[in-house]
Parts: sequence; C-alpha cells; structure tokens
Amino acid sequence: MVDAIVFVVAAAIVLGGAVGVVINANPVRAALSLVATLFGVALLFILQEAHFLALVQIVVYAGAIVVLFLFVIMLLGVDQAEDLAVEPLAGQRIAGVAIGGLMLVLLLGGLFLSGRGGSDGAVALTGQHSATAALDPERPDVDQLADDLFTRNVLAFEATALLLTIATVGAVVLVRNRGAEDLVVDEPGQAVG
Amino acid sequence: MEVTETWYLILSALLFSIGLVGLLIRRNPLVMFMCVELMLNAVNITFVAFSTALDDIAGQTAVFFVLVVAAAEVVVGLSIVVAVLRRRPSLTADDLTSLRG
Repeated sequence: MVDAIVFVVAAAIVLGGAVGVVINANPVRAALSLVATLFGVALLFILQEAHFLALVQIVVYAGAIVVLFLFVIMLLGVDQAEDLAVEPLAGQRIAGVAIGGLMLVLLLGGLFLSGRGGSDGAVALTGQHSATAALDPERPDVDQLADDLFTRNVLAFEATALLLTIATVGAVVLVRNRGAEDLVVDEPGQAVG
Repeated sequence: MEVTETWYLILSALLFSIGLVGLLIRRNPLVMFMCVELMLNAVNITFVAFSTALDDIAGQTAVFFVLVVAAAEVVVGLSIVVAVLRRRPSLTADDLTSLRG
C-alpha cells in the first residue's frame, strides 16, 4: 500500500514536471520543471531498490546536466520567454500532438497486446528471467552493479571513457573562438593594443 | 495494492510520449534537448522496472551507460547551441540550418 502511494506521488511529480517542460514558454522554468521530473524518477528508482542509480540520477542529472542547461541559458541570455501564441509552422502542434498520441498508443498497445498478463508480464514481454546476472537481494546494489560493470561490460565501460573524452574535446573545438589570434593578449613584453 | 512493473511501463510510455510531443512542437533547441532528456529518462524507468521484474542487474548497468551517453550528448549539443548563438542573435531550430556544410 505504501509502495502504491509513493508510486502515485512520484508519477505525479514526473508527469507534472514533464508537462511543465513542454508547455513553459520560459526556458529557465522548463529547466526547473525538468529537475522535478528527474527527482521523481530518482524516487521511482529508490522504490525499486536501485539506490545507487537514484543517487547518480540526482548528482549527474539534477546536479550536473540541468546546471549545464541553466548555465548556457544564463550565459547566452536566451532566458526571455518564447512567444508560444504564434505558431510559425502551420499545423506543427496538431501534427506533433497527433504523432505523440500515436506513439503512446503504439507503446501501450505493445505492452498490453504482447501476452502480458498475470504477475509475470515482464517475462511475457522480453523472454527470460536473469539472462546474464541475477539480482541478489542480500547484496548491496552497488556491489552487484560494479560486478556486472567491471566484468561483463568492461569493454563498454572503456568505450564510455573514450566517448566522454571525445565529447569534451569536441565541445572545446566547437566553442573555441576561431579568431583567437585577433584577441588582445596581455603578455609581458608585448604591446597591448 | 501491489506496484507491478506494468505501472512503471505505463508511466514510462506516458513520459516518453510527452517528451516526443515536446521535441516536435517546441522550437527552442535548449527545450528540445530537455525533451530528449525526458525521453531518455522514460527509457531509464523501463530499464530499472525490467531489472527488478526479471531479477537481472544488467538493466541497471544499461541505465548507467544511458546516463553517460546523455551527459556526452548534452555537452556536445549545448556547445553547438553556443557556437550558433555566437553568430546569430536569436535561437530557434531553424537557425540550425547553418550547420549544413
């Protein structure tokens, strides 16, 4: 019963935040709605005993990614509200909502028509119990996650390290000022013009 | 009343659809990125729900990788936005046509 109450509250936060992201004209408010959604998702992770992921969700998403969003919004001064009353592309909203509704129907259709029923719905949907690494309720989830990450998925883990390096280098190259040589360089022994 | 994985999957479907609608109807690239984050989070909910339902830690490992890819995507995406805004005063998705070679 407690689980159900927590789930309903978390789901309300998640969906409310998501709708807030979509309908808020001001990007700062949209970013703050995104924080609400991410906290709701972290709550759902805790409810499913994925404590480490809940922590990472808050630290990485709410802490780093949203702050990055807000930083860019403030840095560039694009925090003025977008005029949502005008629709620049005729029929874009109707088409967007229609496609989103269609996607929802597809997802729910896939869920309910795929032989889901009884308590073993997930097995009906995807096949097997514990295909690779069984979840042991006795051990902390950090232990199990580390075991899986550093034994079976170690190559993928190294690849993510490479990916992050590439992303960082790419960001630097993209944002670097191409006309850097035109800048006034205040170095000793050099005329400041 | 027991919370089964079906609840999570329905919530995830709703969140994914809201994110998709936002991605399609908003024209500010920053908000579009946020909508992509919503969709990624919907997928994360699904992964963890299946991880619990099928007693398999691999679902949680997948979430870990999704987080990393999301972080990389935001970094590159926002730097493109910054680079475009250097040259133009306003920012809508239409301004990104200047990315074409």
